[in-house]
Amino acid sequence: MAENNKQVKIHVSHLKKSFGELEVLKDVSIDIHEGEVVVILGPSGSGKSTFLRCLNRLEEITDGTVIVDGYDITDKKTDINKVRENVGMVFQLFNLFNNLDVMGNMMLAPTELKKATKEEARETAMRLLKRVGLADKAEAYPAQLSGGQKQRVAIARALAMNPDIMLFDEPTSALDPEMVGEVLQVMQNLAKEGMTMVVVTHEIGFAREVASRVIFMEGGYIVEEGTPDEVINHPKEPRTIDFLSKVL
Amino acid sequence: MIQILTVYGPLLLQAMGQTLLLALCGLFFACILGLLFGLLSVVKNRACNIISTIFVDVIRGVPMIVLAFYVFFGVPYLFQNIIGVKGVTLTALQAGTICLALNCGAYMAEIIRAGIQSVDKGQMEAARSLGLPYWKAMRKVVLPQAIRTMIPSIINQFIITLKDTSILSVIGFPELVNTSKNVVAITFNSFAVWSIVAVMYLIVITVLSRFAKVMERRLNRGRE
Repeated sequence: MAENNKQVKIHVSHLKKSFGELEVLKDVSIDIHEGEVVVILGPSGSGKSTFLRCLNRLEEITDGTVIVDGYDITDKKTDINKVRENVGMVFQLFNLFNNLDVMGNMMLAPTELKKATKEEARETAMRLLKRVGLADKAEAYPAQLSGGQKQRVAIARALAMNPDIMLFDEPTSALDPEMVGEVLQVMQNLAKEGMTMVVVTHEIGFAREVASRVIFMEGGYIVEEGTPDEVINHPKEPRTIDFLSKVL
Repeated sequence: MIQILTVYGPLLLQAMGQTLLLALCGLFFACILGLLFGLLSVVKNRACNIISTIFVDVIRGVPMIVLAFYVFFGVPYLFQNIIGVKGVTLTALQAGTICLALNCGAYMAEIIRAGIQSVDKGQMEAARSLGLPYWKAMRKVVLPQAIRTMIPSIINQFIITLKDTSILSVIGFPELVNTSKNVVAITFNSFAVWSIVAVMYLIVITVLSRFAKVMERRLNRGRE
């Protein structure tokens, strides 16, 4: 694959994650290269969201190695906050800061972390809001936005930190059907611009069109991976075939 | 009653002043203790959680009148007669402030814990995912939202604490109830004196509740 010549942005080897007795990730290894769009599919409970949340250590890692952007985040000495500055995350339930307006949401991290002055942060925020089509909502509070608008703001907020990697945790699952398109469009544009993306989703259409690689997870393992054509159109593993027959 | 009011009114007003002074001193330190122990109960650290739980359980499990005797008489006795350090005494105001701060602080800690836990976990996660350190995320994102839900309970607790100052008449602090007892002893008119006292408390607390309502409304404005 062409990506193999590019820098490895995320290296995961033998990742294990347990919640008490329950082992959610049993043994996951993968390399993700610069500019790749990796879409993770799988039934609920397969560990795909947990896997994504291990990539910025929102979940403590039980065992294995995860290297993100050159930092070993399984090493306790690594300043995880520094790593997270370069890894944006978008959540299923948006998680916009309810106490701040859209502008405040976008400016908080860049200014608090001394990435930008207030003026610079404001400029960046406006530019990004224009890009997601919400320049007129800068003064609005989250409660005044629709789901699709909230999610586009959430994406813009993550981009305001100018990350190298973006993680998407079921970004359209909580949206009304008519709002899914606007969010996927923003993500597709981002992919075109060469952002390294890891996307957990149920949107098979998005995976087919935008992914450079599709991963099928079940039971805490990666069961099958390959190009969208390989995994979605010509799956080999019975479990993948079974899953796809239910969602397609 | 009119006569009592004209003769002892200024004295009772002054006593009300002492009540408010004691309440303010107590509440000030109660806020600090409440925030401290409230935060200790939500951080991801077993030791901190346990310390906070012990504080809250012990203080809540002891009636304030016992706490007052303990702080005012018991602790100085401990120092002088058991440890052997002379000269450790507390004024009634100091002891009263400590009692109110401990008592109200324990309840405040619970209010603050509940307030913080009422904020959706996703708020903290989103802030952390952007690279904000825990305490910065707490201060800029979680606490501002928690405080809005806490305000009614906090005001309620303030009112309870204001009324609880009357318990501290037992250690001789010249607040409203203590002073009134003396006035009754002189005038023998229990009905008039306690009526006046009741109305005085009623006025102060009603004003406070009204103020709380206005605050609450102002905080909620423009958010929904």
